[in-house]
Amino acid sequence: MKDGKKTNVIAFTVLLFLSALFLFPIYLVVMNSFKSRFNIVSEPFAFPDSETFVGLENYITGIESSGIIDALFRTVFITVGSVLAIVIFTSMTAWYITRVKNKYTKGIYYLFLFSMIVPFQMVMFTMTAVCIKLGLNNIFGIIPVYLGFGSGLSVFMFSGFIKSLPKEIEEAAMIDGCSPLKTFFVVVFPILKPTAITVAILNAMWIWNDFLLPYLLLGTNNKTLSVAIQITMQGAYGSINWGGFMAMLVLAIIPIIIFYMFCQKYIIKGVIDGAVKG
Amino acid sequence: MEKNIKKYFPIFLLPTLISFILVFLIPFVLGIYLSFTKFTTVENATWVGIENYIQAFTQDTNFLNALWFTVKFTVVSVITVNVLAFCLALILTRAIRGTSFFRTVFFMPNLIGGIVLGYIWNLLINSVLGMFGYDITYDAKFGFWGLVFLMNWQLIGYMMVIYIAGIQNIPKELNEAARIDGASPFNILKNITIPMVMPSVTICLFLTLTNSFKLFDQNLALTGGAPARETSMLALDIFNTFYGRIGWQGVGQAKAVVFFLIVATIAFIQLKITARKEVEQ
Repeated sequence: MKDGKKTNVIAFTVLLFLSALFLFPIYLVVMNSFKSRFNIVSEPFAFPDSETFVGLENYITGIESSGIIDALFRTVFITVGSVLAIVIFTSMTAWYITRVKNKYTKGIYYLFLFSMIVPFQMVMFTMTAVCIKLGLNNIFGIIPVYLGFGSGLSVFMFSGFIKSLPKEIEEAAMIDGCSPLKTFFVVVFPILKPTAITVAILNAMWIWNDFLLPYLLLGTNNKTLSVAIQITMQGAYGSINWGGFMAMLVLAIIPIIIFYMFCQKYIIKGVIDGAVKG
Repeated sequence: MEKNIKKYFPIFLLPTLISFILVFLIPFVLGIYLSFTKFTTVENATWVGIENYIQAFTQDTNFLNALWFTVKFTVVSVITVNVLAFCLALILTRAIRGTSFFRTVFFMPNLIGGIVLGYIWNLLINSVLGMFGYDITYDAKFGFWGLVFLMNWQLIGYMMVIYIAGIQNIPKELNEAARIDGASPFNILKNITIPMVMPSVTICLFLTLTNSFKLFDQNLALTGGAPARETSMLALDIFNTFYGRIGWQGVGQAKAVVFFLIVATIAFIQLKITARKEVEQ
């Protein structure tokens, strides 16, 4: 037992050291975001002192020059809108194709599965062309686009859960005169809640961070967070304002950390469920 | 009941299905067709047969370089991420103080998006290399190991969480019985823990495999392919062929089809292995 205690102390020390290593990159960005832009490149590891500390100056210039606050709100809007659309519509689709059994619904199910293995680069050019033609290249139009790309995994996860549900409750509701729509939203959907949370989290993480799809569809006029950061760097051709850029990175990380703090339990559970089923 | 539901197909099925067909199915079929044509927009395609595919492999050395770079990166990442994640999971399933704090810290990088991650590591790596007068674009080796470090930082926590779930599913009696019989910790690890978490190992191997193979955002942000195009992975090379070289869209689409076929093969192998495992259980 004494031996076990000793190895635990060693393990604890190793873990503490590793946590410091894991947090170091983020610490570096946050710390540098308060330093004068000229000292970031010349002495990146130095803690800001009275001479190099600039307070919130980097945040002010970063926000003014990049439109990152607009990008933040845009990203929130797109993420929330798309996740809601995905959760509502794909759960309905999954219930329909699980309950109505014929060769068409089976075929549709396999098409959804198939879409999960196709890399985005395979469809990016043609998808962009189709969406521009349909006028989906704006922050409202991108929501059905995300519904289409998110449907594979989401239908798959909802279907897996619905298959395990007994039909009797739904049948009873319909015999009592509920329409299928009412049956689904009053009886079925509340039971789907755990899966709905998982689906929502997996899609939110992906859409919030997505770069290529909004870059191709919304371009530089309607930047999301990832696009704003990439464009700031790309457009600077080496003469970047490092102070403002550090501030942008911090502003992009903060919402994720807050989300993580509040929903950690669900996020980790969602990620495990998604991995096991996907 | 089925008949009753069936009538409601426009409400239940159509919103998802129409989006899916418009943004995925049509572009997918169109993409396969366009890979056999020369085009600059979807409307001006002329049939050229398999010329694009030949061009992708012969005239354009970038593609084979990117393929080789991607394979090397994937092998190194899959091994390092999984070994480290498994070790961390082993330590964290012991009775140690602060387990949940450590788990929180190790998992966090997974939530940060690829572009942001790429620039965080760009700063860190350039700061370290800067002390010796280099930067990350000086040598492809720096970019390669930079990407490996970044990938480890991002995925270790994720895989660790899956391994922890696997280890915690092992019945306690099994370990206790082995200990009473005098098995050493190493023997328990080799004969009980590892065989029992094999399903998690399969999942994690394929997750890291596909994630590494399809990497794009991190690649773009960390090195952008520099120096020259030596650190371009497949996804970035395809992107550059499409949008960086006028008149090469057909070749880009052909490369994308090859990329899809490789990813589909990996997924197919995974499906077979998982299906066989399920039968055995």
